[in-house]
Amino acid sequence: MPVPRPTSALTTTYDAIVVGSGISGGWAAKELTEAGLRVLMLERGRNVEHVKDYVNATKGTWEYPHRGGRTQQMIADYPVLQRDYPLNEKNLDWWVKDAEHPYTEVRRFDWYRGYHVGGRSLTWGRQSYRLSDLDFEANDKDGIGVDWPIRYADLAPWYDKVERFAGISGSREGLAQLPDGQFQPAMPLNCAESHVAERLASRFGGERRVIPGRTANLTRPLPGRGACQSRNACWLGCPFGAYFSTQSSTLPAAMATGRLTLKPWSIVTEVLYDADRKRATGVRVLDALTRQTTDYTARVVFLCASALNSTWLLMRSATDVWPGGLGSSSEALGRNLMDHHFRCGARGTLEGFDDKTVYGRRPTGTYVPRFRNLPGGEKRPYLRGFGYQGGAGRSNWARGIAELGVGAAFKDLMTTPGGWGAGWMGFGEMLPDPSNRVSLDDAKRDAWGLPVLKIDCGIGENERLMRQDMMNDMAEMLNAAGLKHVQTYDLGYAPGMGIHEMGTARMGRDRRTSVLNAHNQVWDAPNVFVTDGACMTSAGCQNPSLTYMALTARAADHAVRELKRRNL
Amino acid sequence: MTDRISRREAVQLVSAMLGGVTLVGGEALWRAPARAMPALRQPGGWTPAQVALLDEAAETILPRTATPGAKDAHCGTFIALMVTDTYEAGHQRIFRRGLVELDAAARAAHGSRFVELTPPQRLALVERFDREAFQFMRGRPADEPPHWFRMLKELTLLGFFTSEVGMTQALRYVESAGRFDPCVPYAPGDRDWAAHA
Repeated sequence: MPVPRPTSALTTTYDAIVVGSGISGGWAAKELTEAGLRVLMLERGRNVEHVKDYVNATKGTWEYPHRGGRTQQMIADYPVLQRDYPLNEKNLDWWVKDAEHPYTEVRRFDWYRGYHVGGRSLTWGRQSYRLSDLDFEANDKDGIGVDWPIRYADLAPWYDKVERFAGISGSREGLAQLPDGQFQPAMPLNCAESHVAERLASRFGGERRVIPGRTANLTRPLPGRGACQSRNACWLGCPFGAYFSTQSSTLPAAMATGRLTLKPWSIVTEVLYDADRKRATGVRVLDALTRQTTDYTARVVFLCASALNSTWLLMRSATDVWPGGLGSSSEALGRNLMDHHFRCGARGTLEGFDDKTVYGRRPTGTYVPRFRNLPGGEKRPYLRGFGYQGGAGRSNWARGIAELGVGAAFKDLMTTPGGWGAGWMGFGEMLPDPSNRVSLDDAKRDAWGLPVLKIDCGIGENERLMRQDMMNDMAEMLNAAGLKHVQTYDLGYAPGMGIHEMGTARMGRDRRTSVLNAHNQVWDAPNVFVTDGACMTSAGCQNPSLTYMALTARAADHAVRELKRRNL
Repeated sequence: MTDRISRREAVQLVSAMLGGVTLVGGEALWRAPARAMPALRQPGGWTPAQVALLDEAAETILPRTATPGAKDAHCGTFIALMVTDTYEAGHQRIFRRGLVELDAAARAAHGSRFVELTPPQRLALVERFDREAFQFMRGRPADEPPHWFRMLKELTLLGFFTSEVGMTQALRYVESAGRFDPCVPYAPGDRDWAAHA
């Protein structure tokens, strides 16, 4: 028996369709509905309602049987997710079960996914940094990949807009390579971090500096959202709406227009394409529960399904016209997959602050903006650069595991904080490389009969050389700041671990070498916009989500204008 | 002010600090704390005697002092569950052999099982294994499994300091701190603040 649907869900014609409900999809839905369009937002997974479905948000750690850890059963069920920290007992429902969503790894690629309303906007790290012209001009200057079709000035007003709405806290630093934004008050450095920052300022004269993390956590309330309560439990969902997510921010705004229809359990199998008009006509949706197929039509389609899923969808679309799929006429589709390489840096111990501690749990660390390969500076033996994320804190009871000691005195000591340590980890730019690519694996189908994605990606010599600086530069800085026991480390990195998948449908100036134009429109179907990480022409070293927000808002504005001009 | 407040009180406190802002979905927040505490999960494959041994060994590592100890936190049951559910088979064997070794050492030294020893006798044995594990772990090649006592000590610390009594009584716990103060005085002996998630 068919599942009864609400009346509104019977409508199959909309002004716009948004595929995906994460950071990019939420912004597309908000901007398009606020501009007066009737929008259908499709999400392949289940619904997650703000606050009500944050079922673990206020649980104590003791309420989890394994206290948040991972069981052998979980490791077996999540063979990809178990490769790094995301496999945990506390927010397991917000990561996909790998066995249900297979993909093929030619070389190891860690693909950590969240298929539900809100996507990874619920679990993201919230670090929010602008790109600059150092990034937008880099490919052109280095002769790598293709030139970005936009410059910082094109995006700056959209960064302003999304920062004001999302609520980004941060400090103004006046750095050309990391432009200031429309910030709420910063979350302050703690005493030990301030000390390191002062020592670095005197040693490096502002060239290398520690600044508060720029984070999508509110330090001032916004309409319908409270300020951060210093719980640092963000990735369980925030009952106060104090960090930016689809649920806390863009979805309520889009719903308030009365023009948004949100449909969970809707797997978009292809974008429908009219070869005569050279336009998309809508999308085909497979209901994940009933397995019924429905075609929805719209004048514009926004693909915001996350980088690899948007490209995967393009590859399955309009194959009667282009065997490689919509956007494949340039052969750029699927190529130049990027991530940020990280997990190496340096750490040490800090003396002189044993009579100090902090109160509350700050949900961000601190940031060291890029200082390598800046204009006019020393040229390193690699291209581009890296930033650092980290901070200082006192050790806790876990220090006792490796120390000698048992019994009453040991126990009472472990109830008190240990000494201060500090460390920063590099986040480096990964160059676009056409041999890092995704394609369809026709030999393997998923549970819905779709050929799965095949991923072939690795880092190269440029990244390996950069990692040396990522370790040694921080060791030099920590020594200069007077830390003791300074050690470098490299925990090892595999592409995807950054959960910053970018590229595979890049923007460009030339339809022969790119998939998207300067407004994120597919060259071969200008009413199809791709505004998630897939569009990135180069990676920068900054956490990318804020840039997706700005690009999405800018593309939505362009779509509305073009619709009014009857160009789409 | 007491360190222990209920979750509902914590939410009320911080809501008050928000200055009357209307929270999207705020109503649901009041209902959330009504959820029942799950019962302590009982692991399979462990006899009551083995769990009792784990309890006493854990209590020797982290005894009750002015604050609760490992037995108050039901560390024996937790350790057994963790070994069963989270350890790979090889590590489980090492751990279980270690418990046999602990009892054998008790018999060799005092002619009784570990749980029958006096607290000072238990402490002396546990200190011996702590030193042995410490030395072993220092020289251990990275691909070799840990010493069984290291496993026991790690699970004891984890079990205690993530338990309700460990987090809220041995440590200080506030569900929602309400503010972040980057630099406050610390006096020796002040208890640490527990983490959240």
